[in-house]
Amino acid sequence: MENALKVKKKRLSREARDNITGYGLIAPALVALIVIGVVPILITVSYSFQYYVLTDPLNQHFVGLENYITLFKNPLFWRILGNTMLFAVLSMLFQLVLGFAGAILMSKAMKATGLVRTAVLIPWAIPGIIIAYTFSYMFNDQMGVLNSILIASGVSETGVSMLTSSAGAMLVVVLADTWKQFPYVALMLMAGLQTIPEEYYEAASIDGATKVQQFFRITLPNLKGIILIVLLFRTMGAIRIFDIIFGITGGGPANSTSTLLYQAYKYLFGDMNFGLGSALSTIITILILIISIIYMKVLKTDEGRG
Amino acid sequence: MKKNRIGGKIGKVIFFIVFMVIVIFPFYYLIISAVKDPRDISMMPTELWPSRFSLDFFENAFIDHNLLVYLKNSVIVSLGAMALAILISFPAAYAFARIKFKFKKFWKNFILVSNMFPIIAVVTPMFVIFRNMGLLNTYWGLIIPSVIITLPQAIWTLISFIDTLPYDLEEAAQIDGCSRFQSVVKIIMPLAAPGIFTTAIIAFITAWNEFMFSLVLVTRDSMRTVPVAISLFPGQYTVPWGDMAAASVVATVPIVIVVLICQKKIVSGLTSGAVKG
Repeated sequence: MENALKVKKKRLSREARDNITGYGLIAPALVALIVIGVVPILITVSYSFQYYVLTDPLNQHFVGLENYITLFKNPLFWRILGNTMLFAVLSMLFQLVLGFAGAILMSKAMKATGLVRTAVLIPWAIPGIIIAYTFSYMFNDQMGVLNSILIASGVSETGVSMLTSSAGAMLVVVLADTWKQFPYVALMLMAGLQTIPEEYYEAASIDGATKVQQFFRITLPNLKGIILIVLLFRTMGAIRIFDIIFGITGGGPANSTSTLLYQAYKYLFGDMNFGLGSALSTIITILILIISIIYMKVLKTDEGRG
Repeated sequence: MKKNRIGGKIGKVIFFIVFMVIVIFPFYYLIISAVKDPRDISMMPTELWPSRFSLDFFENAFIDHNLLVYLKNSVIVSLGAMALAILISFPAAYAFARIKFKFKKFWKNFILVSNMFPIIAVVTPMFVIFRNMGLLNTYWGLIIPSVIITLPQAIWTLISFIDTLPYDLEEAAQIDGCSRFQSVVKIIMPLAAPGIFTTAIIAFITAWNEFMFSLVLVTRDSMRTVPVAISLFPGQYTVPWGDMAAASVVATVPIVIVVLICQKKIVSGLTSGAVKG
């Protein structure tokens, strides 16, 4: 009796000790993320309800929802929302195709896997701004690679001016972002491919299924969870994109490649309008939060299945 | 049947080559642009293999654009960010991997979400606060914010790494009278060294490539990091493509080489957290 009590007491104290040790060890990380992440975001939310223009500091005051109303009334907001969505859809499409190509090349099925795996990390290791300038140089109408090929092959006499047209500029931005981001997509899809048992494919080929059929009937359904995660990740990536647009188009021509975040940056550090810019930043934060919650839900159901 | 197989093989090889060209070409083009002779940089059609090589653009980058100063800033900030990330993430990752405590799941999810915080909403108040505290244009003013971009990834990479280490060793050490702290220092740390190394590299590169904090929180030219400095090379009317390419090569080639050497570890580090298994 006495012994049992002692054991119980010891176990309880062990639990309490674990709680203390656990929190002690994660405390620095939590404090850092809260102080450097959560608190600034809350301050941004508070700015969004204020008239706050950095060049007019004495006039800072509470204005309620005025910044949000200004935003929603401006056709530009709906334009950049559309741009953001278009950008998200296009870059996702490109990245999934290229990502799948990379993942299949990297998976055991082919030789030279190591080579692909190595090459695929190059875009990841290069700063976005450098990728941006490399692409804007490649698509430069006066001296770029694209026009060199078009003119040399006789397809076009003068070449095309990608960066001065809305559609062309958007395409270059999407291509640059695709090049930067697809390695990540490829790596995630590859991790997924490795979890599909080889026997599925063996059984299918015995039954006479072609490679294409196998891809659509076995590979895709089995990767549903990961593809969903990739889509969510890339949607967030599209909302958060900055340096690629900054370097290639600066949002132009005529705002055709400006996204929510890029416009927020322009309000904030171009116009020095911290109130309006913070309102747009808050909208971005809410979007990201919604997608994060969906992501958590997906991750949870995925775990349950596995 | 045999013909079909050969056809399939050729198809695979073509697929492989096209893919590799897409992956490598932009980086290749960046490098050859940097070593071109200045007279050839705006030649039309462009040369895919330079007819004349020159290091003039590198000279411009280092002498006219003070690249060395920016490199020094980038190295200091990235090393600082890396050290801070490791210092904070290791204890946290150990606790998440090995210790049972209340609301663990919640905090783990919080760290996952913090990886997605939009930097634009973080940097604005930071600019105001740092201006009041005199932290604009300082190394600490760039190292501290970097935590938000390096730490979540670092914690996840380390958790998945510590998860793979056998628990028995630690348990045995603790039964033999080692304290938890001793068992971590004597057993986990040496075993986790490769994981810590990988985490450090990923954190360093993340900080090295960071753009928005460096753009907003630095207003003095002598404190700029390389990516932001390069973005300010273009003048009002001209863009010095060659100088920018040369500076970019200096800023990326060493990183790419390190990544290629450690590629296996980095791949496993990057895929941890986002997807299980």
